[in-house]
Amino acid sequence: MTDTAQLNMLAPVPEERPTRPASSWYALLKPYIGSPFNAVVTFACLWLIYRLVAGAWGWLVTRAIVEGGPQTCKAAAGAGACWPFLAAKLRFMIFGFYPYDEHWRPALAVLLFLGAMIYSMVPRFWSRRLLWLWLAVVVTCGVLLYGGLFGLSVVNTTNWGGLPLSFMLSSVGLAFGFVLGVLLALARSSKLPAIQVIAVVFIEMVRGVPLVSILFMASVMLPLFMPDGVTIDKLLRAQVAIIIFAGAYIAETVRGGLQAVPKGQHEASASLGLGYWLSMRKIVLPQALKIVIPPLVNIFIGFFQDTTLVTIIGLLDFLDTVRSAMRDPVWQGIAVLEGYIFAALVYAVFSYGMGSYSRFIERRLKTDHSHGRH
Amino acid sequence: MATSDSSPVRLLYDVRVRAVLYQVVAVALVVGIGLYLFGTVSRKLAEQNIATGFDYLSRPAGFVISQSFISYDSGNTYGRAILVGLLNTVWVSVFAVALSTVLGLVVGIARLSRNPLLSTLALLYVEALRNVPLLLYLFLWYALIVAVFPPVREAWQVLPDVFLSNGGLIVPSLRWSPAHTGVLAAAVLGIVLAFVVAGFMRRHRVASGHARAAWPFVLAALFVPPLIGFLLFQPDLVVNWPEKGRFRITGGVQVTPEFTALLVGLGLSASAGIAEIVRAGILSVGRGQWEAARSVGLHDRQTMRLVVLPQALRVIIPPLTSSYLSTFKNSSLAIAIGYPDLVMVSNTTMNQTGQAIEGIAIFMLVYLSMSIAISMLMNWYNARVALVER
Repeated sequence: MTDTAQLNMLAPVPEERPTRPASSWYALLKPYIGSPFNAVVTFACLWLIYRLVAGAWGWLVTRAIVEGGPQTCKAAAGAGACWPFLAAKLRFMIFGFYPYDEHWRPALAVLLFLGAMIYSMVPRFWSRRLLWLWLAVVVTCGVLLYGGLFGLSVVNTTNWGGLPLSFMLSSVGLAFGFVLGVLLALARSSKLPAIQVIAVVFIEMVRGVPLVSILFMASVMLPLFMPDGVTIDKLLRAQVAIIIFAGAYIAETVRGGLQAVPKGQHEASASLGLGYWLSMRKIVLPQALKIVIPPLVNIFIGFFQDTTLVTIIGLLDFLDTVRSAMRDPVWQGIAVLEGYIFAALVYAVFSYGMGSYSRFIERRLKTDHSHGRH
Repeated sequence: MATSDSSPVRLLYDVRVRAVLYQVVAVALVVGIGLYLFGTVSRKLAEQNIATGFDYLSRPAGFVISQSFISYDSGNTYGRAILVGLLNTVWVSVFAVALSTVLGLVVGIARLSRNPLLSTLALLYVEALRNVPLLLYLFLWYALIVAVFPPVREAWQVLPDVFLSNGGLIVPSLRWSPAHTGVLAAAVLGIVLAFVVAGFMRRHRVASGHARAAWPFVLAALFVPPLIGFLLFQPDLVVNWPEKGRFRITGGVQVTPEFTALLVGLGLSASAGIAEIVRAGILSVGRGQWEAARSVGLHDRQTMRLVVLPQALRVIIPPLTSSYLSTFKNSSLAIAIGYPDLVMVSNTTMNQTGQAIEGIAIFMLVYLSMSIAISMLMNWYNARVALVER
């Protein structure tokens, strides 16, 4: 707390703006050069913005290599971005080792998935029908990716990779993790001590260790757990690890929602003669889950990003295919940053989209409750 | 009703009986699954001729670790190798937590600035870090270090004996001996003593109302113990100068690029979260507090330090704890860029011995106990700053 100058700027939280005539130059410029310190900050910011924009523009546009091959890029020695690398490797980065001629299948699956996701993000379409829609989408995506039906050739999971794999790991992980999480949250807030203890131990153990260790455990120990003759796919192992990890974190969020439901709701449903499951399903959970939608979306963003960790146990997710593309002998050591920047952009677009959605939902749910309390 | 209470079917409708029944079933299920898994695993391990137990910890490891704070070579045991890994994990986590706290505080306050340029830049910083996976940033920082800095043979000589290359930063070091450890312990003692003295002086001032300058005593408490330690242990100051050979630089101490990439990656990512925590904490202090502080004549800096931050801290500490915990756990991503942390050393051990279960059990147990320790420490601190209600 030594940088008192920083603290000074903060003092009046800018909620009430003094009314000023639109033409007053002083009022317009006051936030920027109101005090000597503020003026210094403004110029430092302007300088920083200039350096960032100029640097990015130079690297991405003016000095970039747009046409040519590895040799042209190598000659430029990293002075500018190497766009031919992205052009040549784009499909590999997105689809990994999926057979080249069948790329339309994962592409269609991803489009279907994204379409269903955007559709179900609109509050107007929230209904039971969505479950059936998702079931249909998941089955279709599975058939598209794996094949074996309707004359589609079979593509083994070892050849799956890239963006479809990242989407699959995170969405399936979150769907099952959500079910597991709700059950765990119910168990943890249960009145039965033994069930509570089991849930607490599970949740705290999973939350106390890093995802990497759970992935390791799944990839090493799950095969040992299986009865003889049953082998378990590498992809499935990672999926199980993600489900367990997501379940524990979702459980804690949902528990927060359960605690926020007033006790009177439990009592009212009990007095109507509803049993535990019926009262949970019809009365308590709908209210609890509604409260925790915004934090849940934030958890989803986190897990979408955390699926990148499967690359550590050797799965070819999007980040891994991007890295493989950069390690291609033809391009090695030439485009060292372009791939990462492309991948970062893809992740940022999805995460930012989800984050904006979370804020939108938060505002919407607030207006629903607006009478009186907020 | 009372007459048929003893019938077994009736009994099932008794809430208490059902509660017991559910719990028995749940426990039996968990124990049953546990026993089954244990049985399968031990049978399979026996079939595959994989040894079990922790005997391997006392066997020589036979691999080198690129960074260690205690003496270690490939002749040392697996147990010592894992200890080296654990120390590396703690080392990078401590620095990353410190970096993220400082950056997070600055950016969080900048987010609230009246200057739109500054607050927008701070927002950009937060969004850029939060929307891209940490692992990707780790790879990116590592690639940048390797791309920007020259190879070891053409290392830049930044200062007379400081070399900078994509092999890391190399600076002169002291040749360490037990005497140095003694002086270090005395210095730590001095820091603790300084805190104790400062606390005592503050309590004395509050109790008696006599404002007496505390700093001479605090400084004395800080510097006297290491001085005594220095005179007592007489450490010899032999400097290990780095020397540039044809292919590599020998001597000195090295800050590896893996460490730097991990530190920067962890620190920056966590700072974005902490910035939001700090911002929310400061905003949670009502406007009335600012106004009240101003009306009793405090100026802005005093208001922030004496009125707003102490209250904001109560809101800040709990989420800050979980941020520190996740930084500590995220340091396990070290394995992706080759920093020899606990997980990476354990992984090498597992590959060499084949005893994966023991290896995983060790590092999970370590993470679990450290997580519990950190949250207990932070809970203690939180209890200290929490609102004392009558």
